[in-house]
Amino acid sequence: MTPERNPVAAALRRGAAAEDTDVARATDGFLRRADSAGLIDVAYTTVDTPFGTMLLAATDRGLVRLGLPMETFDGVLDELADRISPRVVELPRRLDAARREIDEYFSGARREFDLPLDRRLITGAFAVRVLDELSQVPFGQAITYSEAALRAGSPRAHRAAGNALGSNPIPLVIPCHRVVRSGGAIGGYGGGPELKRRLLLHEGWLS
Amino acid sequence: MAKSLPPFQAFLDEHRAPVLSFLRSMVGPDDADDIFQETFMAAMRSYDRLDGRHPRAWVMTIARNKAIDHHRAGARRPVPRDELPEVPSPHGIPGAGADRELWSAVAALPPKQRTAVALRFAGDLAYAEVAATMDCSEEAARRSVHEGLKRLRTTVAAGMEDG
Repeated sequence: MTPERNPVAAALRRGAAAEDTDVARATDGFLRRADSAGLIDVAYTTVDTPFGTMLLAATDRGLVRLGLPMETFDGVLDELADRISPRVVELPRRLDAARREIDEYFSGARREFDLPLDRRLITGAFAVRVLDELSQVPFGQAITYSEAALRAGSPRAHRAAGNALGSNPIPLVIPCHRVVRSGGAIGGYGGGPELKRRLLLHEGWLS
Repeated sequence: MAKSLPPFQAFLDEHRAPVLSFLRSMVGPDDADDIFQETFMAAMRSYDRLDGRHPRAWVMTIARNKAIDHHRAGARRPVPRDELPEVPSPHGIPGAGADRELWSAVAALPPKQRTAVALRFAGDLAYAEVAATMDCSEEAARRSVHEGLKRLRTTVAAGMEDG
């Protein structure tokens, strides 16, 4: 804002500025009305976990995206605006169930997620099969990339399976961290190898 | 395919404070929240059509039209859409003390000057954006703001000298 030499103009700027609390109250009212009018296509919030802050985003069908701490959340939101709808707003109450389950997972009270998922960001039939099969790999266990490819019906496609896992839009909930290299190395992870190691430690697969 | 739009949250974050300030100066704090909500509801509904337009001027145009509708509804008589009533708004005025007095004086300005002054200083718009919002030339926007300020200076000069 340019400094104002005219005292009347300066007083106008000063006097008109709405306080942050006024802006917050008006915004809350708007979001409530937009929500009941069905204008919000994607709602998101952030959740603090022992391994860093994560982003949760949902459509009316369910959880559509989970952003890991390594990701740029602005980039994730741009991607959602681009691929689903630009009507993306921060609306934590739409993600209450997901946030609760994630809290329970990290506190050790939960081993399986029971959340409606919107799989529209998973592209390609093979990727859908690979990620669907992961729901059969329970907490505390892991399979190899070749095994993931085999389970998805293409035993030789371990590289494609790796790509499918790497493009998982809902990591943690779709447990792509439970796929490791044959021979003991844990392999890559969209959220960084350190996070994968900590998740596998948390689940007791590593010790 | 059209250039992709930023998430609506980014649009909201960028424009909500100046829109609320503008509306408070147009209709007073009591009614500003409701018109703010209607403004962003309308903006969200037609967000896809923003495409290429200046976002601040676009949302301020919506806010201005909503404020005019509000005045018209309050007046309970037909008023041309582009005109604000000449009568000062009976609703609350933001601020306190000298600022409050100043905004009362703004409320008493002729409609064009009032809108231009509110857009320029409460809405924090550049003259080009004031012009785009009011659908007039930049020269006309400058003139309205200038005349408004001149009138305000004579009305509230005494009160301002203490500050």
